[in-house]
Amino acid sequence: MNQQFFVFLKALLGSCKDLLPIILVIAFFQFAVLQQPMPNVGDILVGLALVVLGLTFFIYGLEMGLFPIGESMAQAFAKKGSVSWLLTFAFCLGFGTTVAEPSLIAVAKEAAIVAASGGIISDTLESQLSYANGLRFTVAFAVGFAIVIGVLRILRGWPIQYLILGGYIIVVLMTLIAPSWIIGIAYDSGGVTTSTITVPLVTALGVGLASAIKGRNPMIDGFGLIAFASLTPIIFVMIYGMVIG
Amino acid sequence: MDLFFEFLNTLKNTVVDVLPIISIILGFQLLVIRKPIPHVKQVGFGFIYVLIGLTLFLLGLEKALFPLGKMMAEQLTAPEFIHAGEQVLASIHWSDYMWVYVFAAAIGFSTTIAEPSLIAVAIKAEEVSGGAINANSLRISVAIGVAVGIAVGSYRIVVGHPIHYYIIAGYIIVVIQTFFCPKLIVPLAYDSGGVTTSTVTVPLVAALGLGLASTIPGRSPLIDGFGLIAFASLFPIIAVMAYAQITEAKTKRVEKKLEIRNKNKLTKRNLKHKQQDFLTESKEDR
Repeated sequence: MNQQFFVFLKALLGSCKDLLPIILVIAFFQFAVLQQPMPNVGDILVGLALVVLGLTFFIYGLEMGLFPIGESMAQAFAKKGSVSWLLTFAFCLGFGTTVAEPSLIAVAKEAAIVAASGGIISDTLESQLSYANGLRFTVAFAVGFAIVIGVLRILRGWPIQYLILGGYIIVVLMTLIAPSWIIGIAYDSGGVTTSTITVPLVTALGVGLASAIKGRNPMIDGFGLIAFASLTPIIFVMIYGMVIG
Repeated sequence: MDLFFEFLNTLKNTVVDVLPIISIILGFQLLVIRKPIPHVKQVGFGFIYVLIGLTLFLLGLEKALFPLGKMMAEQLTAPEFIHAGEQVLASIHWSDYMWVYVFAAAIGFSTTIAEPSLIAVAIKAEEVSGGAINANSLRISVAIGVAVGIAVGSYRIVVGHPIHYYIIAGYIIVVIQTFFCPKLIVPLAYDSGGVTTSTVTVPLVAALGLGLASTIPGRSPLIDGFGLIAFASLFPIIAVMAYAQITEAKTKRVEKKLEIRNKNKLTKRNLKHKQQDFLTESKEDR
């Protein structure tokens, strides 16, 4: 018990260190550049304490829960030897975690407003909603697809750079032909897809798979799933823009 | 008491976000794998800790950092601050916004250091590489990448260049680097582009982009406000590969020195061993 407390205390100290740069930046700009007093100091102190505690709990739980479950499932699938079930799981994980992602919902809603004001879709709430939902499902499908491709890559041992390079070429070519109003949203949608809980889980899955399969190096083959998940949405959203427009 | 209700509300939202993940895991574990979850109690507690941690984290951000960060982004981009009482000119010069670029870089760097998903990936990378990749060095490289990315992205909004020229140029740099950097780092570098932009960075960066685009004449917040996130996920790839290249180059130089000094002492086998451990070696060297 005592030892556990010690570990927790160390994690707490680490979180304080992680947060220090933000505090320094904000203090510097507030006092030295903008030259204004700090508003609601009490609120800010409480907030900072919450952030430090939260980060500590998160990292603590990460190593207790998220990493082990990701790796044990990867190993169980590798032992079972059923590629189709593994790929189904990969797709569900990608699609399921993305479709409900709050930052994606927010971006899709904003994108619908942009499209309506630009005259791409009619300016009714209904068409905006269907546009936003279409965008959401497109991105979620793209992420599911990405994890499937990434898992296939780990199984087959394909080198990652050619796949990513191919993806880049597709993105560049699509940028030339896609309608210009979709491009900014498409590029951004690659960044917003991977949430704080998905990333550790998917990383553990990739590393677990690569260590369970003979001849794969967890360093070279285990990472890279998230790279696909941030590339395919760009392509799929541009396709969506071309279909709608 | 208010704080407690806010906590419950945020907790509810976090649980709703995590529900699909838990149901997919449980569904596949019970129906496809058909084996009990190993260490089920520990994993369960781990999930609860993650939920509580994320909730406290988000609540704290809402309370302290987001309002302040957003307000600062607005103030720094406000015409009164930029022109400091002078007559607002019809045309703007990019160098008027110097403090904005500095703020963009500083906030990009510091929020990335505190980004939970990056911490997760860095922990895993250190573990898998057996310590050859240092978690903190990786995080600092990614943070430098985000800092440069957001600063360049703000500059783009100020001058109003089209976004895809920058992104395509970035892709070309990534491709060239891929051929010259140590193979071990490539997948991790690609991953680090996607993990940087989640809970902490996105809201603050979005506020900065929106503030910039809505105060500069001739920019549309709807079109130019987007796009900073794309910069923040491209530049870390370049930064992480550069980190690996620099480490490798340094090690090579050290090795050359060693080689000259112990020309006869060092056997070939030792040298090969050294090359394999080049990352660890340079860490100790530093």
